[in-house]
Amino acid sequence: MKAILALEDGTLFHGHTFTGASAAGGEVIFNTGMTGYQEVLTDPSYTGQMVCMTYPHVGNYGINPDDMESAHIRVAGFIVKECCKEPSNWRSTMSLPDYLTGQGITGIEGIDTRALTRHLRLHGAMRGYISTDVSDPQRIVQAAKGLPSMEGLGLADRVCCDAPFTWNGTAMVPAKIVDGTYAWPGTGPKLVVFDMGIKWNILRLLTAQGFDMLVVPYTTSAEAVRKLGPDAIFLSPGPGDPAALTDLVHTTALLVNDYPLAGICLGHQLLGLALGGRTFKLKFGHHGLNHPVKDLETGRIEISSQNHGFCVDIESLSDVELTHVNLNDNTLEGFAHKKKPVIAIQYHPEAAPGPHDSRYFFTRFRKLVSRETGK
Amino acid sequence: MPKRTDIKKIMIIGSGPIVIGQACEFDYSGSQAAKALKEEGYEVVLVNSNPATIMTDPGLADRTYIEPIEPGTVARIIARERPDALLPTLGGQTGLNTAVALAESGVLAEYGVELIGASLEAIKKAESRDLFRNAMDNIGLKIPQSGICHTMDDVRDWGKRIPFPIIVRPAFTLGGTGGGVAYNQEDLEKISAVGLAASMKSEIMLERSVIGWKEFELEVMRDKADNCVIICSIENIDPMGVHTGDSITVAPAQTLTDDEYQMMRNAAIAIMREIGVETGGSNVQFAVNPADGEMFIIEMNPRVSRSSALASKATGFPIAKIAAKLAVGYTLDEIPNDITRETMASFEPSIDYCVVKIPRFTFEKFPGSEDYLTTAMKSVGEAMSIGRNFKEAMQKGLRSLEIGATGFSALTGVCESDREQVLADLRKPNSRRLFQVREAMRCGVSLEDIFDATWIDPWYLRQLKEIVDMEAVLAAFPKDKIAVANTECRELVLTAKQNGFSDPQIASLFGLGSSLEARKLRKDMGITPTYYLVDTCAAEFEAYTPYYYSTYETGKEIAPKAARKVVILGGGPNRIGQGIEFDYCCCHASYALREMGVESIMVNSNPETVSTDYDTSDRLYFEPLTFEDVLNIIEVEKPEGIIVQFGGQTPLNLAVPLLNAGVRILGTSPDSIDRAENRERFQAMLQKLGLRQPDNGTAFTAEDAAVIADKIGYPVVVRPSYVLGGRAMEIVYDRADLENYFKVAVVASGKHPILIDKFLVNAIEVDVDAVSDGTDTYVAGVMEHIEEAGIHSGDSACVLPPHSLDPALIAEIERQTVALAEELEVVGLMNIQFAVKDGDIYILEVNPRASRTSPFVSKATGVPLAKLATKVIMGGKLKEINPWAERKSGYYSVKESVFPFNRFPGVDVLLGPEMRSTGEVMGIDASVGLAFMKSQLGAGQVLPQSGTVFISVPDSAKDDILPAAQILSEVGFKIMATKGTAAYLAGKGIAVTPVMKVFEGRPHIVDHMKNREIGLVINLVSDKRTVRDSMIIRQTALLYGIPYTTTAAGAKAMAQAIREMDGIGLTVKSLQEYYGAN
Repeated sequence: MKAILALEDGTLFHGHTFTGASAAGGEVIFNTGMTGYQEVLTDPSYTGQMVCMTYPHVGNYGINPDDMESAHIRVAGFIVKECCKEPSNWRSTMSLPDYLTGQGITGIEGIDTRALTRHLRLHGAMRGYISTDVSDPQRIVQAAKGLPSMEGLGLADRVCCDAPFTWNGTAMVPAKIVDGTYAWPGTGPKLVVFDMGIKWNILRLLTAQGFDMLVVPYTTSAEAVRKLGPDAIFLSPGPGDPAALTDLVHTTALLVNDYPLAGICLGHQLLGLALGGRTFKLKFGHHGLNHPVKDLETGRIEISSQNHGFCVDIESLSDVELTHVNLNDNTLEGFAHKKKPVIAIQYHPEAAPGPHDSRYFFTRFRKLVSRETGK
Repeated sequence: MPKRTDIKKIMIIGSGPIVIGQACEFDYSGSQAAKALKEEGYEVVLVNSNPATIMTDPGLADRTYIEPIEPGTVARIIARERPDALLPTLGGQTGLNTAVALAESGVLAEYGVELIGASLEAIKKAESRDLFRNAMDNIGLKIPQSGICHTMDDVRDWGKRIPFPIIVRPAFTLGGTGGGVAYNQEDLEKISAVGLAASMKSEIMLERSVIGWKEFELEVMRDKADNCVIICSIENIDPMGVHTGDSITVAPAQTLTDDEYQMMRNAAIAIMREIGVETGGSNVQFAVNPADGEMFIIEMNPRVSRSSALASKATGFPIAKIAAKLAVGYTLDEIPNDITRETMASFEPSIDYCVVKIPRFTFEKFPGSEDYLTTAMKSVGEAMSIGRNFKEAMQKGLRSLEIGATGFSALTGVCESDREQVLADLRKPNSRRLFQVREAMRCGVSLEDIFDATWIDPWYLRQLKEIVDMEAVLAAFPKDKIAVANTECRELVLTAKQNGFSDPQIASLFGLGSSLEARKLRKDMGITPTYYLVDTCAAEFEAYTPYYYSTYETGKEIAPKAARKVVILGGGPNRIGQGIEFDYCCCHASYALREMGVESIMVNSNPETVSTDYDTSDRLYFEPLTFEDVLNIIEVEKPEGIIVQFGGQTPLNLAVPLLNAGVRILGTSPDSIDRAENRERFQAMLQKLGLRQPDNGTAFTAEDAAVIADKIGYPVVVRPSYVLGGRAMEIVYDRADLENYFKVAVVASGKHPILIDKFLVNAIEVDVDAVSDGTDTYVAGVMEHIEEAGIHSGDSACVLPPHSLDPALIAEIERQTVALAEELEVVGLMNIQFAVKDGDIYILEVNPRASRTSPFVSKATGVPLAKLATKVIMGGKLKEINPWAERKSGYYSVKESVFPFNRFPGVDVLLGPEMRSTGEVMGIDASVGLAFMKSQLGAGQVLPQSGTVFISVPDSAKDDILPAAQILSEVGFKIMATKGTAAYLAGKGIAVTPVMKVFEGRPHIVDHMKNREIGLVINLVSDKRTVRDSMIIRQTALLYGIPYTTTAAGAKAMAQAIREMDGIGLTVKSLQEYYGAN
C-alpha cells in the first residue's frame, strides 16, 4: 500500500507499506548494520525511534525464536529499501512482514534509504511520520512535527519491567520478593540489574559469568536495593535522554559509593551523570556494527556494536579514567572510576547484533566484583 | 606503531603471466603495494615476467625485473639487489610459492632477507592440508573429514574411510588444477592420479563432499597489534562443488542472520591468529549446511587473493595497499581511510548496495573440453556490477559480461524445452546454468524443483523469479497504453529500471522497434539514472573518492565539474583475446590525461583491473560497457569526447552507435576504423597505396565462399569479420572443410560476413605497432614472429627487434606502416600484421587501435605507447613530443604466450589461427637466444641443457626440422625419433634412436616420457590422422610438464637458445639498467 514518510523539515519519501494500512511516528535514525534486523527490532533502546536500515535487502533470513532481544518489537516504525516476503534460513519461522504486522508495527519499503541517510547525516536525526493516507502529505509533515522531541524525553518507563524477574537461561521468570527481601537461589555474586530496557543477550552473558541475578524496575529506590543485599549492581541500556531520568541518577549516586557497579549505554550515561558529568545529544547518533573503539588499557581495537543518540561529554568528568574511545569521532566510549569499582561502557559488548570483540567487558566486570567481594 | 626503519629495500614478486586462476587482480594488488611502499620511502624491487602489467612500469618500482618468476632467477635477483625484506603475499600463488621455495632452499637466510606479511611457518600452516587440519582442530573448528595422500595406496586407503562423493584437492596448485569430484572408486583413482601429478608436492587431499552446501567467504585483515577486521563477506550463488572463481558471487552475504555471520567472523579471526598471519589480508572459505547451519572451514589463503580484489572493488577498501602498509609495521588505526579522510582503516566497511560478480567462460575456444564446472577453475574473466538491489546488480552484471545477454531475460515466449532435460541440465553445473534456471522458470518448473537440482539458495531463486514475473508484467502491458503521459506506464518502466532492466529488454518486452525507442520513452518520462557513491560507510560519513555506480534512485550525489574532461572506455571482463593488455593501455590513457590536466573518467566493469582502482582516474564509473550505460554517463558528465581505442573490441563496437548519438570520438575516426575493418574499403585503400594482401574475398554463404576459395586456391583462412582473438578462425584445406566451417561460424559472426584469405604457407609474420598524429607516424616496434603465419598472432612468440629480417625489408615495412597511417588519418595507436613470403610483403590486417602488443612494445622500447597515443589524441604533435629520442635499444625482447591447456584436459595443445592463450611473458637479454630462453622459462617451459629430445614430424616438415635437430645433436643431446623421422635424420648423419609410436607396441614414446627420460618434445603434425595419433604425446608432455613445441620455427628457436645458453647460464638485469637510467 502506498505510503509516505514525512520528516519534520518537510522532506517527503514515497514508498509502500508491507504491513498494510497503518501510521507510525518517531525519531528517524539510520542503522548501518548489514545483518541483525531482528535484534534491532526487539532492542528496547529503539523505543520511540523509526529505524532506517541502510542495507537495501532486509528480511532475507526471516525471524527466528532464538534471536530475540526482548519480548516484542520495540521500534516505532521500520524503514527499508526492499523487504523480503519469503525468507530463506534454516532457523526462520516467520517472515519479517508477518512479524511486524502481527505486532501492529508499520514497515515501509521502496524508500531511497541512502538519500534518507544522507539527509539525516547532513541535518541530524529528526522526527518523522509514516502514513498510508497519502492524500495530503502536509498533514503527515504536521504529524511529524507534533511528535515529542527526543531531547529531554525519558522513555525507560515504556520498556521497563513491571516487577522484578530472574533469567532462567532462555526466558524471564518472575522473582518472589517478600517484604523487600529476596532469597538468592544461587551461589554466585548477587547482582541487581536496573532495567531501563535490558537486552536479553546481556542477561545471557551475565548469567554465563556466574552471577546470581535479579532484574528490578529502574524506579527501585536505593534503599530497596540495599535491602535486597546485592554484591554488585548493573545498569542496563535503554531508550531516551539520560538527563530526563533524574531520580535514577540520584539513586545511582547513592549506590555508587557502596557497590561495584557497571553500566552499558544508557547505564553508562547515567553513571556519567551520577559522577557529576554531562551528556549531550549526537547529531545523528551511532547506530551500526562497524565502529572502531580503542581499549586504552590494552591498546586493542574492537569493532563495536553501537546504538546511542546521547553521549557523555569527556570534558565533564573528573575522578574517572577514560578506558575506551571511538576512533571515528573520538567520543567517549567507556570509563572507569579512579578510586571506586565502577566501570561503564557506551557501546554494546553484548553485541546482538554485532561483532563479539568486546565480550571481555563482562569478564572484566566479573573480576572486578570478585576482587571487591571475594566471590 | 610507526613503520619499520630497520628495513630499507623491499622485494615484491608478481604473479607472472595471466593464467586461469591468476589474472589482472595481482597486477592490481602488486601495483597498489609498490605504490604504497614507495610512498613510505622504501626502495622497491619488483619481479614480474608479465610485460602487460602496470606494476612493471619502470616508474612504479626502483628496480623492475622483467624476468622469469622461478626460484633460480629470483635468487639471482636477490643476490644482486640484497633486499632487506620480501613481501610474498601480493603476487598470488605464484609469488607465494616462489617465496616458499626461496625460504626453504636457504636463499633468504643466506642473504638475510626477511619474509614480511606472512612467515614461512604461517604460509605452510595454511597451505599444507595436514598442518591446516591440525590448526583447525586446535581452535575447535570443523573441517570436512579428509585424508592426505601422497601415493595411490594412500588414496585407496582413504577411499574406504570417507563416504562418496569425495572431493580430490591437490595441494600447491593454481585454482585447484587437477582436482575434481569422485562419485565412485574408479573416478577416485583417475582424478587422484591427475591431482598427484599436478601438485608441486605430490600431495592431495581427499575430502568428504559438501557439495550443495552454502558457500561463503570472508576477507580478513590483521595488523601487528593483533587488530582484526573483516572487509567483506561474500556469498556464492553456486553452492559448494563449483570453484569460487567459477561461481556467481554476491557481496555482502544475503542469507545469514547476525548470529550466524558473527560465528563466521569469530572463526575467521581465530584462524588468522592460529595460522599466524601476522599482518595483511587473508581469505577464509566456509561451507554451511542449508538444512541445519552446520559450518565447515574449507580453506584459507594467507595472502591477497582474487576475492580480495573483488572485496576491494565491492567495498572501496583498498586491501592490497593497506596490506602493504601493515607489512611494514603500521597498525590499522594509523592508516587513514582515503575515502572518508576523517576515519581510519580500522573499521569494517558497511555497504548500502548489492554487488554481483559473474564469471566469464570460453569453453567454445576449447573444443573437446566439457562444459562442466567443478572445483578446478575454468573461467577466464569476470564482470562485477553494483545495484541498489540484487536484481539490478544481477541484470547489470549479465549485460556487463558481453555475451549477448541484455539482462536475465534472454528468452521470451513459450517453453520449448523438455522439462526433464531442463532439470538434467540443471543438475550438472556449467557455464550456462543461470540461463538454464531461466529456462526452467519459463517452463514452469517449481522453485523447489530447481533448488533440488541446483542447491541454489531459494532466496536467489525467488529474486530471479521476480525478474521473470516482472518480464511477464511488462510483456502483458497493453501496447496502446505505452505512452509518456500514462502514469501507470511510467511507474512500470521505473520499477523495471530499478530492477535492472535494460532499454533493449524493455524495448523487446514492450514490442518497441528499437532500444533507442525505449530509451527515448523513459527519458521523456524523466527516468534517468542517478550515480551513487561507493563510500565504505553506507553514507554515514562524507566520502571524497569519486567511485560511482548507476541506479534509479532519487538522490543526487554527483556534481560534474566544468573542467576539461575525457571519458575512457575500458575493456570489460577478461576473455581470451582481450585481457590485461587493454587495461594497461586504458590506465596509461588515464595517467596521460591527468598529466595534461584533463580530468579522466574511466568506465569499466572488470573488478580485477588497475583501471577500476579508485585512484587510477579522476572519476571511476563501475558500469556495464553497453551503449545505454555508457551514453547515460556521457549525458551526465558531458565530456569533450571519449576514447575508444584502448579497451579492445568492446569500446570499438560502441563507437559507431555512440557517434550516431552525437558523442565525439577522440582520435582515429570511426570511419577510418571502418575503412580498416570493411573488406572492400580496405582493399580499395591497399590498391590505392599499391600495397599487397593475400588474395581474398567476402562471403555470406557457403556457396559464395566455395567459389571464392576455388578462385584463389586452397588452403584458405576463413573467419568472421569484427571479432577479436581469432574467434572461429580456421585454416581450411578443402571444400568439405569449408562447408563444415560455415555450419559453425555463422553463429559467431552474427550479421557480419565471413572473410576468406589465401593462406600463405611458411610465411614469416610481422607485427607492427605505431602511433600517428595524423601528420607524422612513430613506428614504435617491428616484431618478428617465431611461429609461422597461420598461428594466431596472439599465440605466437615474437622478437623485437627482428632478428632475421633484412634491413631493407624492415625499412619497407616501416614505409608501408607510415603510408597506411597517413591514408587512414590515424590519430593514436595502430597495429598492422604483415606476412613476408619469398621477400614479398603482404598486409594481413590493419587495426587502428591499441593492440595486444602495445604494452610489450612499450616495455621493450621504453616508450609508453598508450600514453603517447593519448597525448596525440588530445592534440599533441609527435614532432614536439619526439618519442624517437626516448626509444631504448641494444637488447632483444621476446614475448611468449601462455596457454590454459592444463585446465582443459582432453583439448589438444596444437596452435592454430584461433587464439587460445590467456597471457604472455617477456624475456629480455643481450641476444635473441637468451631472451627466448628467458621467455620460455617465464612461461613455465624449463628447456633442458642436456638429455634426450624426442622428435616426430610428418614428411612434409622433415626439412624444416633439420636445423633444430642438427643444433641439438651438436650440443650433445641424444635424439629419439619415430621411425620415419629417425630414418630421415640418420640419413642426414645425425645419431638417432628410433622409438615406437603408441599404437606400434611397447615400450613406446609415452612410456619413455612417463619415465621422465625425455627432456624436450618436438612434435609437428600435418593432417587429421597424425593429429589424432599423436595427441597422447602432447597430452603427456602437458601433464608431466615436459617442454614441447609443435612448430618447426619454435623448435629452431629453442635449439638456438639451448646452444647459446650452453655453459653460460642466465643473468638478470633490471629494466632501469636496460634503459640506461642507472
